[in-house]
Amino acid sequence: MSLSTRSRLVLGAGIVALGGLTYSCGGSRSASLAGTGDNAQRVYVAPGEYDELYAFLSGGFSGQVVVYGLPSGRLLKTVPVFSQHAENGWGYSEETKPMLETSYGFIPWDDLHHTALSQTKGEDDGRWLFVNGNNTPRVARVDLTLFETSEILEIPHASGNHASPFVTPSTEYIVSSTRFSIPVPNRDVPIADYKKAFKGQISFITADQPGKMDIAFQLIVPGFNYDLARAGKGPSAGWMFFTSYNSEQANTMLEVNASQADKDYIAAVDYKAAEACMKAGKGKRAPADYRHNYMPPGSGTAISERKTSVLQILPADCPGVMYFLPTPKSPHGADVDPTGEFVVAGGKLATVIPVHSTIKMLKAIKDKEFEGELEGIPVLKYASTLAGEVQEPGLGPLHTEFDGKGYAYTSMFISSEIVKWKLGTWEVVDRAPTFYSVGHLMIPGGGTSKPYGKYALAMNKITKDRYLPTGPELAHSAQLYDISGEKMRLLLDFPTSGEPHYANAIAADLIKDKQVKFFRLAENQHPQVSRSERETGIERRGKTVHVRMTAIRSHFSPDNIEGVMVGDTVLFHVTNLEQDWDIPHGFAVLGATNAELLVMPGETRTLKWVPMKAGVYPIYCTDFCSALHQEMSGYVRVSPAGSTVALTSNSSKGPSGPGQE
Amino acid sequence: MTSRARWLVAAAVVLLASAYVLPLWRVDLIAPQYPEGLGMLIRINGVEGLKEYDLQSINGLNHYIGMKAIEPDAIPELKWMPWILAGLVAGGIAAATMGRRGMLNAWAVVLVVVLSVGLWDYARWGYDYGHDIDREHAIIKIPGMTYSPPVLGRKKLLNFTATSWPASGGIAMAVAAALVAAAVADSALAQRRKRT
Repeated sequence: MSLSTRSRLVLGAGIVALGGLTYSCGGSRSASLAGTGDNAQRVYVAPGEYDELYAFLSGGFSGQVVVYGLPSGRLLKTVPVFSQHAENGWGYSEETKPMLETSYGFIPWDDLHHTALSQTKGEDDGRWLFVNGNNTPRVARVDLTLFETSEILEIPHASGNHASPFVTPSTEYIVSSTRFSIPVPNRDVPIADYKKAFKGQISFITADQPGKMDIAFQLIVPGFNYDLARAGKGPSAGWMFFTSYNSEQANTMLEVNASQADKDYIAAVDYKAAEACMKAGKGKRAPADYRHNYMPPGSGTAISERKTSVLQILPADCPGVMYFLPTPKSPHGADVDPTGEFVVAGGKLATVIPVHSTIKMLKAIKDKEFEGELEGIPVLKYASTLAGEVQEPGLGPLHTEFDGKGYAYTSMFISSEIVKWKLGTWEVVDRAPTFYSVGHLMIPGGGTSKPYGKYALAMNKITKDRYLPTGPELAHSAQLYDISGEKMRLLLDFPTSGEPHYANAIAADLIKDKQVKFFRLAENQHPQVSRSERETGIERRGKTVHVRMTAIRSHFSPDNIEGVMVGDTVLFHVTNLEQDWDIPHGFAVLGATNAELLVMPGETRTLKWVPMKAGVYPIYCTDFCSALHQEMSGYVRVSPAGSTVALTSNSSKGPSGPGQE
Repeated sequence: MTSRARWLVAAAVVLLASAYVLPLWRVDLIAPQYPEGLGMLIRINGVEGLKEYDLQSINGLNHYIGMKAIEPDAIPELKWMPWILAGLVAGGIAAATMGRRGMLNAWAVVLVVVLSVGLWDYARWGYDYGHDIDREHAIIKIPGMTYSPPVLGRKKLLNFTATSWPASGGIAMAVAAALVAAAVADSALAQRRKRT
């Protein structure tokens, strides 16, 4: 404890003792000191007890999702999505490499911004988590029975997939849109031709069938920067709202040139109307080149399929599909309240928080209260859709979530605080500082029609002095607030991994009992599976050597391999024979230029190895699996090219295990 | 044989027959790294894991101490026992329908002998698994240590605590034996009253 903190503590205790008052430190870097013991109790999860919620924090530039328990802030798991993960071989094993294929080739990284839990009737159901890749436009599905990425779809004619993957109320669609407009189709044009040639796209992706994500249709829209989105519900069911900025259509120095207009737009898309328009044959199949990658259940080997066309719709050809709602100053969030009546816009540079009424919007559309038209898309009058404005909310409103009790919570990046205000009266009722510069905030279920409430999590962009310093690069910081009372109360802060842009949290009960504990060996359909040690073997096909190998406590079978030659490619197909929870085996070989494998019980994973020099190479298990884990090793002999050493492998002669029989 | 005794025997027969579906004995194994536990159910015609893969896990662990794998197919008693039980059930039905005291007494003696031998045989198999250790190839060798599970009760076996108790079928059999004893006593008393 630093001296200054200690003196504040003493001071705080003194004031409490003297006046019986609550000591509030306002903007100071500590939580309110009165009742910190109580705060500790609220986030304390006793050893062996479970957290109340799973929280899925996006990893930003780590390309991963990181799962924490709330309220403890304990790290539960890192789920690699768009990034290779040496820790478990994701993206390195032959089975998972196809997941990272794109039309640009194998891309082992992305900038993962937003998470979206699948929903049923407007409520989180805990089946899947969807996420987006911003840099190489992709969306992905994480299977929440496995905590593993099971599907990735690339988005064609897109660049900077930012307003994504936000889900519709029964997971009919997730969405994608363009942050950086580009020529559509992309081609060699002068950048100065931005206004002429550059377009945005908004895609609706079918998402309710695992392994079958597909782009239902793609709207080709004005070349703005599309930012965030939310689906409508209740009175606005069937609509999706997207913020946009850079309606100035600047192509250089956007910080100035895209901040000129008083208003940018929220794009309201009637996706039911778009479906009807598509059915009426007004869409066009446009050439495209993109990948759909998925893990078929059972085989454990990802498939990457190439797609060559996409259905496109021009809003001008489909009147009623899309409208623009003028919205002040480069809005970020377009957040729909639990009833579906209000859409809250977070105008980054605005001095108010504007709230649109979807009921007024529908009426304005009916009454044709338009102030103009952009590329065939009617622009509604600001006054016709406005429900109210939150006055003097703070600086830099970004994103709003809801507690289900009539209050909204908006993150304020510049004034570094969360502002609580009342829907309907638009009055600010409370403020809590964040440390520092909050980006998104998250209330469990805060974007659904039935928020779980209770907590708010601030994901901050600046950390500075919050933790023991670690050189120039610091972990991003998250702060957990109790929002069950009238006043927000800071309970906990904890460092996070990568840069969490957004998160979702869900009651643990909706997920924890559905966990797969291991894979059934009998259902393993991998072409190179060995379901017992008797099925192991070694085979040469030209310059490729396949080693079918098993792992069980505490040996590999085979564990002595000879006859591999320099110039060969060796594929180790390792099957973990265990049928028990939490007994993975690892596999590593000296000089492998990729990573290790971590093989779950009942699963088969393949490591590719190209030995460069003659010699003897140890293999070993990397996951401490048993008392004799250190003994779980073997050797591969590599002979010079053209050698006459026969290709042989032994079978383990150890005491009988269940795999040997 | 009183009609009450006949009904008691009939009830005992039903309880005995329930052992075709209910497990006779249950062995639970708890260790620090198995908080959820492993377990086995002994049935009239087989041994199975409490959970789907428990038997496989138990055998996997037993290879450390050199114990041979528990393979139900290698235990011949599991093939005979359903027939022996069928004989007992048939005898009970005969005793109950004919209502002859001599027959009841004979059947009761056979029942007690079969149940006792069955329990002894279960203990014998436990002793055999626990003592017939491949000491040459065992990974963990502790001089003098044997690994027989208890027949009844609790025992510490290295990191595992093993408990063994009759399961529903075993309890049903014990109750059946008690009912038969009551039937024998009831008939004997009735006979004595008749004589006096």
